[in-house]
Amino acid sequence: MSENTAVASTAEVSAIKKYKKRSQGAEIWRRYRQNKGAMLALFVVIAIVLVAVFADVILDYDTDVIGQNLMESRQAPSLRHLFGTDELGRDIFFRVLYGSRISLAVGIVAVMIGLAIGMLLGCVAGYYGGAVENVIMRVVDIIGAVPSMMMGIAIVSALGVGTGNLMLAIGITSVPQFVRISRAAVLTVRNQEYVEAARAIGQSEAKIIFSHIVPNCLSPIIVQTTLRTASAIVEASSLSFLGLGVKVPSPEWGALLAAGRGYVRTAPYMTLYPGLAIMVTVLALNMVGDGLRDALDPKLRQ
Amino acid sequence: MADVILQVEHLKKYFSSGGGILHAVDDVSFTLERGKTLGVVGESGCGKSTLGRTILRLIEPTSGKVLFDGVDVASLRRGPLRKARKDMQIIFQDPFSSLDPRKTVFQIITESITTQRLMTDRRQIEQRVLELMDTVGLAERLINTYPHELDGGRRQRIGIARALAMDPKFIVCDEPVSALDVSIQAQILNLLRKLQRERGLTYMFITHDLAVVHHLADEIAVMYLGRIVEKAPAVELFEHPMHPYTQALLSAIPVPEIMPDRKRILLRGEISSPIDPPDECRFAKRCNRACDRCHAGEPQLTEVLPGHFVACPFHD
Amino acid sequence: MTEEKKTGRTDRVLEVKDLTVRYEVDGDVVRAVNDVSFTLDAGQTLGLVGETGAGKTTTALSILKLIPDPPGIVESGEITVCGQDIMSATAQQMQKIRGADVSMIFQDPMTSLDPVFTVGQQIAESYLLHADVSQAEAMEKACEMLETVGIPRERAKEFPHQFSGGMKQRVVIAIALACNPALLIADEPTTALDVTIQAQVLELMKDLKRQYNMAMIMITHDLGIVADVCDRVAVMYAGRIVEMGTLEDVFNHTRHPYTEGLFNSLPNINARVDELTPIPGQMPDPTNLPKGCAFAPRCRYATEACRAKLPVPRRISPTHMVACTAYEQEGFHIERRDR
Repeated sequence: MSENTAVASTAEVSAIKKYKKRSQGAEIWRRYRQNKGAMLALFVVIAIVLVAVFADVILDYDTDVIGQNLMESRQAPSLRHLFGTDELGRDIFFRVLYGSRISLAVGIVAVMIGLAIGMLLGCVAGYYGGAVENVIMRVVDIIGAVPSMMMGIAIVSALGVGTGNLMLAIGITSVPQFVRISRAAVLTVRNQEYVEAARAIGQSEAKIIFSHIVPNCLSPIIVQTTLRTASAIVEASSLSFLGLGVKVPSPEWGALLAAGRGYVRTAPYMTLYPGLAIMVTVLALNMVGDGLRDALDPKLRQ
Repeated sequence: MADVILQVEHLKKYFSSGGGILHAVDDVSFTLERGKTLGVVGESGCGKSTLGRTILRLIEPTSGKVLFDGVDVASLRRGPLRKARKDMQIIFQDPFSSLDPRKTVFQIITESITTQRLMTDRRQIEQRVLELMDTVGLAERLINTYPHELDGGRRQRIGIARALAMDPKFIVCDEPVSALDVSIQAQILNLLRKLQRERGLTYMFITHDLAVVHHLADEIAVMYLGRIVEKAPAVELFEHPMHPYTQALLSAIPVPEIMPDRKRILLRGEISSPIDPPDECRFAKRCNRACDRCHAGEPQLTEVLPGHFVACPFHD
Repeated sequence: MTEEKKTGRTDRVLEVKDLTVRYEVDGDVVRAVNDVSFTLDAGQTLGLVGETGAGKTTTALSILKLIPDPPGIVESGEITVCGQDIMSATAQQMQKIRGADVSMIFQDPMTSLDPVFTVGQQIAESYLLHADVSQAEAMEKACEMLETVGIPRERAKEFPHQFSGGMKQRVVIAIALACNPALLIADEPTTALDVTIQAQVLELMKDLKRQYNMAMIMITHDLGIVADVCDRVAVMYAGRIVEMGTLEDVFNHTRHPYTEGLFNSLPNINARVDELTPIPGQMPDPTNLPKGCAFAPRCRYATEACRAKLPVPRRISPTHMVACTAYEQEGFHIERRDR
């Protein structure tokens, strides 16, 4: 290539750059923004995430979160203790704030586990079909037939109490949903003509899977991820409530509920605020998930 | 000696279906000359789409040979088959589902070029894509648009550009205009014709619309339940259809002219099942000229006039 | 088998005057139907011709008051069916009219029938809604209707999935005709069917039309079907009727450039040409129609006057109307000659 051609090509503007358009991601974001409820929910989720991330910085774990002060036990909400104190004098507001770290972490990690395993199994089952699909789906059916709470209890009982095991337990109960959704998505896309078209131009199977099938399956999986995070948090709280989740004195929200159970009539704020925290988080995540589903769908409506 | 580019010999495609074996393509043979268009017509269930895909080996044939430029495509191994795909391409019927919704026009056309490793330089590829877009009549400014932003006619042009990108010799056109509006159909048909003349392409044009194929095809094969029942040069077929099914088909086509005395041949009943068909003429049940000979075995395609083949006992 | 004409039924079955319908979607206004007027008498078949988006289906749905609201809004117009005013009719009145005076059949027979009821039940349902009869009588009527459309009566207890596409469409026709309506609207009834099956169904429709002395509106994009079945034609483009007349008027004395374009772009087995003459360009964006004639951007005869103002419908003969500004010039004629 001589210098002349190099000069000539930089002089012309690439047509691709000249007619730059909004990417698909930007389009989806634009549609999402139009949904006011979903935007509000998104801000709430971001706020909760920020709280979770910076809780460690704002609060000192030993004094604020687990430091006991029996002199101040079971005080009603006031300016000094926004949500009141529990039976050991600990500030509930600080504990709820810090608990967001744990609840969110458990929710996200559990869903990531479920997603990774579930998507792999689902895509393999959907793409290859036959005996492979049968085996995978029957195993998934068996796991899915056990009520998720029971499955969680069983796993934690076997492995022991603790945040890590909690994440694993909820991760495993998340697998069946992800497998089913991934498989369904792959089955739909696999039969589309553009996959056949890709074969017709000579693309290898691997390239077809990564370039055509996976990107087109992402929408339902993304939505499911958001929604599952919400229910994972509820499950984690439930297990902690039963004493099978995190270790004491970890301020996971479900554990806070459990601790306040005995004082519901005398000190209702002990259960009220952790309960509200769970509710708001789960609601916000669900609304974000719904908003995402609507933003990702309109292409089909057209 | 005719310049034959495609020779199909006793091609069969059977599917196992609940209850028996579905004879989708049942012993089809024909030759196709370079630069010509073979129209394959028939109604739903006749096997014409399966035939097109089987020839390209997008569906694995059950038996038979597909000699493309002398090489049997049906028995090629995976590697050589992929290379062979460069020369034989397909344009799909549905411009909505045959394009990946997550890829831009540029990406879709580029895929053809890069998969066959025809070019690697980005600038060159872009030039080629722009050339192709111009050839099929797509404006330059559409290069980064997604399929769902365009109408059916434009999407179909993308499909044509994709097929042309690797300079094929043979293109299977599977009902390429059926899903388009009438005024766009004519544009696409003219485009296909122009491309054929300019590049010496050979087409296998699959359609249910006899009027369209009449306009484009040099030769026409009429299919019924997996078999070719009549094959003749286009003009000859329309003027002297011999098989009862072809006659009924021609008389059923709506013609945009006032024809008060038009006699319609109405067929009885519906198409019979392609699963385990009995060994007799498959059209006999609906034919108003059926007789004992029709039930005595499958009629074979015989050359009744030069170039005109019919599978019907009455014309043996 | 033939029912007597309902007494008191007017000869003028349908009158549509200045119908205008718009859709409001995502902030855009789609001008679907604009100032459409036509009439239909008993025994006539009107072909409503146009491509996708021309406004044919919207016009038909307006007659039955089935435009979804939102997003559809009937801006103005009068519709009279058998002397009854549709615009001011209440929901209850419409229920009586639909099925009994006007029936509609749609394109896709696969989705027109409810998969969980037998075909007999579905035909009987239509009859029960409008006549004061017992279940048994309704089922008997259903069996009769099946035979009328060429299906053996024993099949009344079968389900839709047991029938092929063509037979399903016959069942749909049976349902539509069960109450002997004065007007049948058929929206592309054979587009989804094979050509030989289409021929069967069209023959059936022609027979039934004669038997019942029904008026029919046949919506289609296929001029061949129009030539076969209709005796009057209305050509629509961008929500307006651009040409209307008898079959003879529109086919053999074509006047509008769009109609001419349609004829030129169709492959015709009676006349093989080397190259088709497509209509250049695209259909206009219905949310952004041009100021003047909507067809002007694609019309080879377009003048400044055409682009400036909407064409005024003018009568060429007592039966033939065309909406084309170019005819204001003395001696103007499209290339397609009279046959």
